[in-house]
Amino acid sequence: MRIGVVTFPGSLDDRDAQRAVRLAGADAVALWHGEHDLHGVDALILPGGFSYGDYLRCGAIASLSPIMAEIIAAANRGVPVLGICNGFQMLAEAHLLPGGLIRNNHGSFVCRDQKLRVENTSTAWTNGFAPAAEITIPLKNGEGGFIADADTIARLEGENLVAFRYLELNPNGSLNDIAGITNARGNVVGLMPHPEHAVEEGFGPDTAAAMRSGTDGLTFFTSAIAAFATSV
Amino acid sequence: MPTIVVEVMPKAVLLDPAGKAVAGALARSGTSRFTDVRLGKRFELSFAGDADDAALSEARELAEHLLSNGVIEDVVSVHFANAKPATSTSAASTSANSTPAAL
Repeated sequence: MRIGVVTFPGSLDDRDAQRAVRLAGADAVALWHGEHDLHGVDALILPGGFSYGDYLRCGAIASLSPIMAEIIAAANRGVPVLGICNGFQMLAEAHLLPGGLIRNNHGSFVCRDQKLRVENTSTAWTNGFAPAAEITIPLKNGEGGFIADADTIARLEGENLVAFRYLELNPNGSLNDIAGITNARGNVVGLMPHPEHAVEEGFGPDTAAAMRSGTDGLTFFTSAIAAFATSV
Repeated sequence: MPTIVVEVMPKAVLLDPAGKAVAGALARSGTSRFTDVRLGKRFELSFAGDADDAALSEARELAEHLLSNGVIEDVVSVHFANAKPATSTSAASTSANSTPAAL
């Protein structure tokens, strides 16, 4: 399976995402924001960072970049798309996911290992998790407060479209402790925390077993591989 | 060269942490008169051509779909730089209403 990772000017975690893809057992394909070519990949990742300096609004300029037209078309065909942090902001700006992300309610950048509950385990990126699995992966953002109008929140909750919820602490003021959401089809998923930083022992969050041994993020990528295997 | 000014504010119902931080700084600077600050954006769009309604309506379209995100922000004013909108003062001070006549 080939998973594309798009690099935008200001992307920071594109290499980490490529590495996570390889550790999960797929081929990582580097894609460039200024092109229209998806190189025939089977799934797509929009990585974290500060694309285009976060000018205008986080993810707004990236959502209008040349490759985004192809990504929107691919998403609408059912190709799995994962937006991480800045990538989640791009998906919201591109209207592939509802709601928006605003500055953290406490006004500060936050960087911590964050506990989450996986609320929806039937998406292309979460099918490998046990129902209601509790995981810990890094979170690092300044504008991660998820908001939407009351009707949208009710629909997200009612249709089980909340994919991840913050546990123990709401780090940014997100409504209903929402950390990530999915579209109804389950192929487009966005979240603020970073699964690609928790894929290899020695470099992940601390666990009860050992320092930096957390690899809860790896399941995102193996889930996409499993989804692909059942689709072909 | 005509210039159109677009002003965008965070929705009044949302917390504005940036404005809150500035309000905190005002308080620390010894000012007690101003107790609330909201922070928005001002765009200046310049172009060659006539300062007509067509330009204004194109700017409005751009303001709604690119310069602002309706989920989190409101466009509070779109006007020519040299023609101060009649309602600019009230528009700026009552962003809660968010759709002044100038729009």
